[in-house]
Amino acid sequence: MIPPSFEYFRPATISEAVSLLQQHGDEAKILSGGQSLIPMMKLRLARPGFLIDINRISGLSYIEEEGGFLKIGGLTREAELEASSLLHSRYTIILDTASVIADPQVRNLATIGGNLAHGDPANDHGATMLALGAQIVATGAKGQRIIRIEDFFVSLFTTALTHDEILTEIRIPVPPPKSGGAYFKLERKVGDFATVAVAAQITLDGGGACQKAGIGMTNVGATPLKAKKAEDFLRGKKLDAANINHSAQLAADESQPSPDLRGPAEYKKGLVKELAKRALSSALQRAGS
Amino acid sequence: MAKKQLVQVKINGRTREAMVEPRLLLVHFIRESLQLTGTHIGCDTSNCGACTVLLNGKAVKSCTMFAVQADGGELLTVEGLMQDGQFHPLQEGFKQEHGLQCGFCTPGMLLSAYALLQQNSNPTDQQIRWGISGNLCRCTGYQNIVKAVQFAARKLGEGKSVAQGGSK
Repeated sequence: MIPPSFEYFRPATISEAVSLLQQHGDEAKILSGGQSLIPMMKLRLARPGFLIDINRISGLSYIEEEGGFLKIGGLTREAELEASSLLHSRYTIILDTASVIADPQVRNLATIGGNLAHGDPANDHGATMLALGAQIVATGAKGQRIIRIEDFFVSLFTTALTHDEILTEIRIPVPPPKSGGAYFKLERKVGDFATVAVAAQITLDGGGACQKAGIGMTNVGATPLKAKKAEDFLRGKKLDAANINHSAQLAADESQPSPDLRGPAEYKKGLVKELAKRALSSALQRAGS
Repeated sequence: MAKKQLVQVKINGRTREAMVEPRLLLVHFIRESLQLTGTHIGCDTSNCGACTVLLNGKAVKSCTMFAVQADGGELLTVEGLMQDGQFHPLQEGFKQEHGLQCGFCTPGMLLSAYALLQQNSNPTDQQIRWGISGNLCRCTGYQNIVKAVQFAARKLGEGKSVAQGGSK
């Protein structure tokens, strides 16, 4: 399949990329890993007239803790997340997520920034970032602005980024001691989008009760969804089997899946409940209860 | 039609270049502009992995990348595996262990396995299956492909120990 013709730019700096976006308006698209955009162009679901390749901009690929945040550069590849010793030691929920995205070849190119900026509710990082309470750093002509992840996903394939902004960094508040998280995904085969997936991140208080819970859900709505009622219910409670079960049920009630080839809506709600139970139980174990 | 651009790559050790439209996919550049037809086009939707090549040491699906993105990079395709008229241990393994039937997935399978062995010289059965999870084979049921990769890992390991022995 041959994509429609386009003009190709390879800027060396972010400011150059931003001015190209301003110059070409809605017809321009950022090319990051390209693992969603190029298939869409081949199917002619996307027909950008101008492609701005940011892959040669240096300093956009990093994973580091600084100033109370885990900071991940927008151009960081999934394979780099998988190999990060920092993530292995302290952010296993992000490893869970990166390692079930597509397949090894796709993960060598696909980027975390592209995964989020694409705004596909079936993409995996959205739910995890909702669970972690992340912030998105968008860089535009006027500099940087911070977007809370809760405000980032607007609707299907639409985010809060304006047409001349680039997602340059993801910031995750460093979780306090006694925190843990996990991402559970059901896929029909390696490389498929999630039938359903659930991310859960919890922090325990001194007495072992739940101080804070974050729960995100993949592919059960027009955007990645935050299970607010399920989160609120857990606050201050022991994470015993009954409370986990009830919270998982609330998450299932909050999900809005559509029936498709991967199954009917009721089946998917059932899966939300089961995967939420597993994610919360694993998060609890990792928090060192 | 958009303006053509020069793309220069080092492929299998040789520097090659061509003027291409930006929309030309890397796999078409390799097969048509450079006339190296060992790399196959399978599903053309980044599912099957038949078009897998190594770009700067990493396995990528060349149907899901533009040739202009590879400009200045180093590529390895199946044509580059044989050295001095000798099969690469992976090619030998696929032959000895019957790691192919129709052979369509083989070039991509070889390159994914090559990338895996670069990272992990002694992979377990499970790690091999994970390493080739982006490559589909409809003939073998994967059993013999796993055996072929194990064969290559053993052979490469022996080569290393011989080399180490010789240097003592």
